[in-house]
Amino acid sequence: MNELNIEIKKKVFPLKTQNKQSINLIFKNLNFTIKRGQFVSFFGPSGCGKTTLLNIISGLDKNFDGWVKKYNQASHTSYMFQNPRLFPWLTAIENIKYPIKKKKNSEKIANNLLKKIGLEKYKNQYPNRLSGGMQRRISMARAFAPNPNILLLDEPFISIDKKISNSLRKLLIQLWRRNKPIIIFVTHDLDEAIELADRIIFLSNLPSKILLDYKVNLSRPRNQNSKNFISLKRLLSSTTKTVKTKK
Amino acid sequence: MSNLLKNGLFRRFVSILLLIVIWGVVSKLVGDKVILPSPNDVLESIKYHASEDLFHHVYITLFRVFTAFFLAMIIGSAIGIVMGRKKKLDDYFDGWLILALNIPALVTIILCFIWFGLNEVAAVLAVAINKIPTVTVILREGTKAIDEKLVEVGKLYNKSRFEITKDILVPQLFPYFISAARSGLALIWKIVLVVELLGRSNGVGFKINEFFSMFDTTSILAYTLVFVLIIMSIEWFLVKPTEKKLTEWRL
Repeated sequence: MNELNIEIKKKVFPLKTQNKQSINLIFKNLNFTIKRGQFVSFFGPSGCGKTTLLNIISGLDKNFDGWVKKYNQASHTSYMFQNPRLFPWLTAIENIKYPIKKKKNSEKIANNLLKKIGLEKYKNQYPNRLSGGMQRRISMARAFAPNPNILLLDEPFISIDKKISNSLRKLLIQLWRRNKPIIIFVTHDLDEAIELADRIIFLSNLPSKILLDYKVNLSRPRNQNSKNFISLKRLLSSTTKTVKTKK
Repeated sequence: MSNLLKNGLFRRFVSILLLIVIWGVVSKLVGDKVILPSPNDVLESIKYHASEDLFHHVYITLFRVFTAFFLAMIIGSAIGIVMGRKKKLDDYFDGWLILALNIPALVTIILCFIWFGLNEVAAVLAVAINKIPTVTVILREGTKAIDEKLVEVGKLYNKSRFEITKDILVPQLFPYFISAARSGLALIWKIVLVVELLGRSNGVGFKINEFFSMFDTTSILAYTLVFVLIIMSIEWFLVKPTEKKLTEWRL
């Protein structure tokens, strides 16, 4: 069942270089639909408009030509940003509760999530006193707190220790499996995309187009060192190269 | 002794004691009460005035200080926040703000007395008008430093404009409120004294003018000291603890 339909006819970004106004075309006719519960990765070089795409889907960026259609009327969209973006003046649990503050059972939901992310001990700590990995866990818990139908993630695991990012990916899959929201996960790391996603959409350089829309049929949990994983990775990198040169 | 000196509180105490000793020695050397009375003279004078009308005048002055302070904080912050968020308004009114900042306190005071008469409203208004531009400037800078990325989090979760202001903007502005309040309190009470000297018939400023006409330095210092102590206690027991409580999330 389709749940999210995106048609971006045109999205431009004004650029100012040495007092000269120029316009950068980011998307032209970028269309795709996503089924309920699907985990989709957008893979592409940096600067190909991935964050812009998420800002459009989330509704933070309304300045584009086209539409974002969410089939479920009561649809909630959550967003885990590249930086944790926690409120430094709120404690861990208050941060998680923030999106659902008005709900009666917000305390219970937040406590549950804290348990899931293994940070019960730190519930009354301020973010500045926690490590980068812990802050990201809390940020992830906050994104899941409103029980979203659509969850956007913008390269949330870059610039941290490999061991920590591995555990964060496992945690993400665990939390996703509870209510299976649509996940749109943006990355420029192919290993990460293959490990996580049901479907990988490859984006080109600007103006960004879909190079390849690939369904991943590996069973979970996926091991980056397994034979299937490595051969799939080889296949995908070679196909995208040939597609790129053809176009 | 050297152990005691490691204690920060003790060091502060010693420093104040030292100041009083220096004052005592200098006053002894001068040997003229009109130029510099001794600490003991001033203490006696405080006791005497306290049994008379000292606290009546201190109370009146404090009331003016706080009315003007809150007026200036509320109006100044509101203007500062709006100017910080709206670039166009900032461009239009930046010139006005600089003009207001540079009008001497004495001019606003006299103009207020001319326009509104020698009354309480004019007095408090004159003080508030003097302080508003500085509060505006501080809060405008604070508003410009607001992290938009945190505001986006609020927008993402469909929070109303009011909720975003209350939960995301105000906490980020808090250090600026404190800094405006701190400099405000110190500045305002100095201006209040001038206002009282020029156009009121009560308050600390009025009394100091009276003692000036009698060359009574001892009483001038007695009144000043009492008032300074009150303002300092407000800083120590009200502003500092509030600041500590509300900014404990900082490292």
